[in-house]
Amino acid sequence: MRSEEHKAGLGILSWLKRTGVMLLSVLREIFDESAYQRFLSQTEMTSSREAYAAFCEEHDALKVRRPRCC
Amino acid sequence: MSRPLRIVTWLGISAAGALALGTIALHRGEQISAMWLVLAAFCTYALGYRFYSKFVAAKVLALDARRATAAERLDNGRDFVPTNKWVVFGHHFAAIAGPGPLVGPVLAAQLGYLPGTLWILLGAIFGGCVQDFVILLFSIRRDGKSLTEMAREEIGPLGGVVAYLAIVSIIVILLGAGALIVVNALKSSPWGVFTIALTIPIALLMGFYMRRIRPGKVLEVSVLGFILVMLAIWGGQWVSQAPAVARWFTFSAPTLAIVIMIYGFAASALPVWLLLAPRDYLSTFVKLGTIGSLALGILVVRPTLHMPPLTRFIDGTGPVFAGSVFPFAFITIACGAISGFHSLIASGTTPKLIRRETESRMVGYGAMLAESMVAIMAMIAACVLQPGTYFAINSPAGVVGTAPETAAATISSWGFPVTAQGMHVLAQSVGEQTLYNRTGGAPAFAVGMAQIFSSSLGGQAVMAIWYHFAIMFEALFILTTLDAGTRVGRFMLQDALGHIWKPIGRTSWYPSILASSALMVAAWGCFLWQGVKDPLGGINSLWPLFGIANQLLATVALCVATTIIVKMRKARYALVTLMPLAWLAAVTFTASWHKLFDPNPRIGFLAHARQLTTSAAPSRAVSQLIFNDRLDAMLTGSLMLLVAVILAESVVLWARVLAGRKAAALKEAPFVMTRFATEEQI
Repeated sequence: MRSEEHKAGLGILSWLKRTGVMLLSVLREIFDESAYQRFLSQTEMTSSREAYAAFCEEHDALKVRRPRCC
Repeated sequence: MSRPLRIVTWLGISAAGALALGTIALHRGEQISAMWLVLAAFCTYALGYRFYSKFVAAKVLALDARRATAAERLDNGRDFVPTNKWVVFGHHFAAIAGPGPLVGPVLAAQLGYLPGTLWILLGAIFGGCVQDFVILLFSIRRDGKSLTEMAREEIGPLGGVVAYLAIVSIIVILLGAGALIVVNALKSSPWGVFTIALTIPIALLMGFYMRRIRPGKVLEVSVLGFILVMLAIWGGQWVSQAPAVARWFTFSAPTLAIVIMIYGFAASALPVWLLLAPRDYLSTFVKLGTIGSLALGILVVRPTLHMPPLTRFIDGTGPVFAGSVFPFAFITIACGAISGFHSLIASGTTPKLIRRETESRMVGYGAMLAESMVAIMAMIAACVLQPGTYFAINSPAGVVGTAPETAAATISSWGFPVTAQGMHVLAQSVGEQTLYNRTGGAPAFAVGMAQIFSSSLGGQAVMAIWYHFAIMFEALFILTTLDAGTRVGRFMLQDALGHIWKPIGRTSWYPSILASSALMVAAWGCFLWQGVKDPLGGINSLWPLFGIANQLLATVALCVATTIIVKMRKARYALVTLMPLAWLAAVTFTASWHKLFDPNPRIGFLAHARQLTTSAAPSRAVSQLIFNDRLDAMLTGSLMLLVAVILAESVVLWARVLAGRKAAALKEAPFVMTRFATEEQI
């Protein structure tokens, strides 16, 4: 009985962990952190002021042409 | 879950939905809990998603799990990136959720909670969600092409031009109306102005932090920015209580309008990373947090709706906006039910991220359901207010007068009791000098939200903090739309004018940047100025214009969708998009006709101009009002003409394709097998 409760508890913990990871991924995509990581791996650069400036230059050119919804 | 259990579950959801809808529709003369609205919405959305969207996905669009999406075929690690469906869902929702679903329902609450709620639910299920879903899928199948490109390719060159004009019109009117809402929320409010003014240095600091101190740590700096904004709200209280300092932050509406125009120009001309990008991140952070908190607040507090289901103003005599339920309720609430603007997002970034065709249902249809829920929450926030308070805040001085006693007496005579003393106490409790004549919806929403929040956290003692948090949230939200919109509009102008004189088309040429930014600001500034000077509050004229323009874009999107469905040889299912298209055409034409030719001067632009010509003493101000009316009439007429053109062109094309006189040539990308599908799924 205790073992079943323990298993159920672990299941909930694992679900919470998965949900948390997913939520963080969503936020990282919305806030362009994932896009920056993709840029770094594509250009084989490491994160630095110069790398971020280069990312912004490329990324912002696309971003500013997107209308914000009403 | 076994089949019988599934059937019982869905029968239970249907019964609960019917009970909730019956309760909100049939209760008369007694107040109901907001939870009935929440329950009706959840059940309706669940049924719509489970059954209707599945039907559309399977029968109309024939989603193919084996077909590679644009994100997979054109994967470049930059804009085309196959992404997890939940991540795309969140991204898409954050992109479509703007100030519209918060403002429209608050304004429509003058009719009672019933018309707006029913339109939000049914409009979303059968209109808005379908539009977002089909446009998203069709864009995926066309290499992520934009709505304008699809209109040009599938309908004809005229379709592309109409889509372009509709987008420019919407942006200009939206920015004018949005700026007016901010002006009306911040006029004579040192607390609000101080808080919003501080968001500019906070954004600059965020930009510096992101580029210099911790490159790329956007989430981290957004949390930091949020904490600073909360401190700014706290500091605003001190500013409002110190008369010597409050003086510096107390502005009249015309002064604020000029300040906002200067801000819009600067934000459009300055480098993106300096102001626009960090403000965008901060605004998104606050937006997602506030929407989540509001949902939680409503579930915890379970507030009572004080507004009746129907008010006497369904006859069109309402003080917030003039016009009867049909068609005006359906253009006042656009974004929570169906919004043409969403078709730009559904054919913008999102189609370039979808990993599997089958996931477009959850993202396109599902995210719009979430947006619709935001509109329901806004309706609840407006309807938890006492009706007298709601009308005192939202009625313009031109209707109820400027003196508190006169306004209270007028509103009470409508059957919604309110006292000048009660309004004074409420204004003091939220840290304002007055709450009268705050048209635009934002202050009413903020008071409702503050009531809900303070009931669950902090009580009356923190009512003022919550109110200013809500005002800051809305103003930040709208100003972000405003600076981004001015820049987008500037690019569109540069692109168009570049065809006439090449150097103007160069987006990095500073004289062109300055000239096109000034042109764009002048265009929406003209509507803002008109609203500020309008004795009827401005929203009465501007919001219906915005609604008409937005629904026009939805008409274009649904014409494109229907054309593609007909060309797919699925004409027997075309009703799925034809039904909302026919409804929107009826709404847009009727509303435009009323705004042009209605003999009531509060509704018809031309009747209002005639009234001023014959009854008012000639002056510069009166001439200006007459000019404004004629300008609005001309714009409405042009929008109506655009709807007629795109409809006529589409109908002729459908008839020719169905009669076999024109080849049903689709401009889809060729089929490529996906690498994501497992053998079992195939």
